[in-house]
Amino acid sequence: MKLLIDSIQLGLLYGVMALGIYISFRILAVPDLTTEGSFAFGLSVSAAVTSLGHPVLALPAAMAAGAAAGAVTGFLQTRWKIHPILSGIITMSGLYSVNLSVLGGSPNLTLVRANTVFKLIPFLSKNDAKTVLPIFFALLCLGLIILFFRTHIGMCIRAVGDNEDMVRASSIHTGACKIIAFCVSNGLIALSGALIAQYQGYADISSSTGILVVGLASVIIGEAVFGRRSVTVGFISAVVGSLIYRYIIALATRYSPLPAHMLRLVSAVIVALALALPAFREHLGTARLRKGGTDDA
Amino acid sequence: MLDIRNAVKVFEKGTPIEHTALNNLNLHLEPGEFVTVIGSNGAGKSTLFNAVCGTFLLNRGRIFLDGQDITYLPEHVRARTIGRVFQDPMKGTAPHMTIEENLSLAHSRSTARALSFAPAKKEIALFRDRLSEFRMGLEDRMKTKVGLLSGGQRQAVTLLMCTIVPPKLLLLDEHTAALDPATAEQVMDITKKTVEAYRLTTMMITHNISQALSTGTRTVMMDEGEILFDMSGEEREKTTVDDLMRMYSTSRKKELDNDRMLLKKE
Ligand SMILES: Nc1ncnc2c1ncn2[C@@H]1O[C@H](COP(=O)(O)OP(=O)(O)O)[C@@H](O)[C@H]1O
Ligand SMILES: [Mg+2]
Repeated sequence: MKLLIDSIQLGLLYGVMALGIYISFRILAVPDLTTEGSFAFGLSVSAAVTSLGHPVLALPAAMAAGAAAGAVTGFLQTRWKIHPILSGIITMSGLYSVNLSVLGGSPNLTLVRANTVFKLIPFLSKNDAKTVLPIFFALLCLGLIILFFRTHIGMCIRAVGDNEDMVRASSIHTGACKIIAFCVSNGLIALSGALIAQYQGYADISSSTGILVVGLASVIIGEAVFGRRSVTVGFISAVVGSLIYRYIIALATRYSPLPAHMLRLVSAVIVALALALPAFREHLGTARLRKGGTDDA
Repeated sequence: MLDIRNAVKVFEKGTPIEHTALNNLNLHLEPGEFVTVIGSNGAGKSTLFNAVCGTFLLNRGRIFLDGQDITYLPEHVRARTIGRVFQDPMKGTAPHMTIEENLSLAHSRSTARALSFAPAKKEIALFRDRLSEFRMGLEDRMKTKVGLLSGGQRQAVTLLMCTIVPPKLLLLDEHTAALDPATAEQVMDITKKTVEAYRLTTMMITHNISQALSTGTRTVMMDEGEILFDMSGEEREKTTVDDLMRMYSTSRKKELDNDRMLLKKE
């Protein structure tokens, strides 16, 4: 039971990140490597502001920080025409120094004595708050992001990922659309980091290593359950995917003989296999044709 | 309406493969004119459209649209007043979005506020009306993803996207060339009706010479980045496909590259 509750709490908090990853990975159709940097940025800004006594302010501050990081990546990509993957890597690397400075030069910061949002809710014990707040934040972000992608600007962003030439021909500034999308995406990712820091009671920069793969795994698992349908379903499935991912990880840590530090490798393999599925299918198809089968078999 | 003055476009300038695609070209369009553009492969027809749309800047020359100098305006700004349909039906629409979303994207460019919901109810009624004029049954499939439509249906949607807010200039680049003959005719029919109904200033590239002579109000033949012939009115009415071919070969001392041009007189 504890296992399930823990994975629900973490699954929802990381689900906020999965929303952000869905935007870059599926809607813009570019994997955004800023993720690791912006998650850690959210984590460190939240920890720093919380330790100063402002746990609530820490959340919008972290979101703004993440959005700024996204804007930098978007700018590098659209204005300076740097390759999308490289733009993300550049921002991520730069953020490493920024994050260390935010945490006062050390890679981690403890919040045990600080007041976090989880201790602030009236009538709720800290333990209950650790369930209620993730539900609240995940649903709030999910609802807002679904609404956002039904607005004119949201529609433009979807179209940019679908057919950029056509959007440009419709007199819409594609660069601006992309930058806004990266801001929203990384803002969500940073918010997730910010909540995780307060939830765990400490910030550790290294916890963001490989976080992009975790997000991709969530998105892919979600799609395995819901299929690839509308954007709205996609966002819901990303959060559900995150929940399932956390539960699998919790079970694996508990029952498998693998030590905890092997889990990222397991996630990496899962993501690689899932992304390879189309290639596997095609290979199976050609193999069948070679054996003399027919296309419509 | 459109005024192109001494347009020069050189590709790969300063390299061994330097190539002049527009060679001091001048062209003036009156409001409401419907010009068909013909010319052999590589004559510079698409390059002319690209220059007008701002896909790249000219090496020399100026372009005016409705009195405004647009020579240095960025592409997406020009797109506010210039509509364009390409040969490739995949190019003008977003395949994973619905018909109404595609149309809304094009329609709201002039009106929408960034955070208003789209497509708006009012819009949808307008789209339904306009689509039903095409008699393709698209008005009942507004929530269908455009990627599921046939090439002709996609071109019809693209054409509506370009004209739902009447543009100052409509550019059609062999927009029926990739379609089967029956569908091509249907899309041409829609095109003519739309241009007429909104009195759009239009340029249409086609490789079908007889269609070029029978459609619109004026025909221009391009070759090697220049305008070879420019005819309208009575002169154009009397001209046949054969006349055009003859005029081309006497003036250029070579045969018109006819591997792609349709020479039949129908
Ligand atoms: N972006 C480009 N870069 C280099 N050469 C180009 C480019 N676009 C067109 N050209 C060249 O310019 C000439 C005219 O091309 P184009 O305008 O597409 O001809 P068409 O009349 O068939 O539409 C061709 O020789 C073509 O190879
Ligand atoms: Mg061409």
